[in-house]
Amino acid sequence: MPHVSERRRTIFLSLRCLILFVLSLAFVACHPHIPPEALKLDSESLKQRQVQTRIFQTDDEAKVLAACAALLQDTGFNIDESETQLGVIVGSKDRSAVSAGQVVGSIFVSLLIGAPIPWDKNQKMRACVITRPVGEEKKTIAVRVTFQRIVWNTEGKVTKREGLTDPKIYQEFFEKLSKSLFLEAHEAL
Amino acid sequence: MKIPSTLRNYFFIIFVLFLMVGCATTQQQLLDSEQSQLRLRSIQTRAFDTTDKEKTLRTVITTLQDLGFVIDKADATLGMVTATKLDRYALRMTVTVRPRGETQLLVRANAQYETTPVDDPEPYQHFFSALQKAMFLAAHEVD
Repeated sequence: MPHVSERRRTIFLSLRCLILFVLSLAFVACHPHIPPEALKLDSESLKQRQVQTRIFQTDDEAKVLAACAALLQDTGFNIDESETQLGVIVGSKDRSAVSAGQVVGSIFVSLLIGAPIPWDKNQKMRACVITRPVGEEKKTIAVRVTFQRIVWNTEGKVTKREGLTDPKIYQEFFEKLSKSLFLEAHEAL
Repeated sequence: MKIPSTLRNYFFIIFVLFLMVGCATTQQQLLDSEQSQLRLRSIQTRAFDTTDKEKTLRTVITTLQDLGFVIDKADATLGMVTATKLDRYALRMTVTVRPRGETQLLVRANAQYETTPVDDPEPYQHFFSALQKAMFLAAHEVD
């Protein structure tokens, strides 16, 4: 029945058209759109601020900033940018991102499916420390530090871009900062 | 002759899609030519009733940190701050502060989301609403 097979072909072709259209739309829509909440304050922002900030009883902002710079060096960061007048220090470091568990998992899956699966290889970690005088008489300095990282896999593709929010990181940083301030105050080392 | 007409449709759709996908030339990408300069300025700029540039810059930095940004660069003399937010996506923002007349400062923010400029008014409204809360001052729209 040639008539029916012709109709089938027509339907088949229109279906292909539709699939192609949807796929192409997905391509066009790769003009990415900013998430609506990207620049919005929420309760999480306030919580993060508390975790990432400590107040120090001093009015010498430059001294606190110097102690922060020394601490960034202690923790292996290179200073990328500083602006004393605004209380800004920014540092970064490159580290390995290899984790044994992920490598074993990747190799296992690679063997199963017969194609290589990449794993995380390198990461760039960034830190920025901001100091600012607070309080009525500006006798105290607030220090806020934030960290973020970018991770690349063995194929050189970015696999993670994230801010680091684990409170333990910040707790350890500020413990070290207290020590750094103490060392600076006593001109030890 | 049903099939050839379907085929024609098929090619037509592909052609239209190519027109849509093949978007901007290098010049257009470089100078964001399709943007209206005036419109962009008005959605990216607010005026504040203060002349304290340093305090304003410090408040901009605080606000950026509240919004999850890490500062890349800051310059008090030029009055500018650049920061990046990584949250699965990359959002980069530059904020400049400069005097407007004797009594005001102009704050301008421009953002880039992944590889596209942000030209919707809404994200900027969110940013300035966060900034004016931290400034304890109203952000005035500028014509």
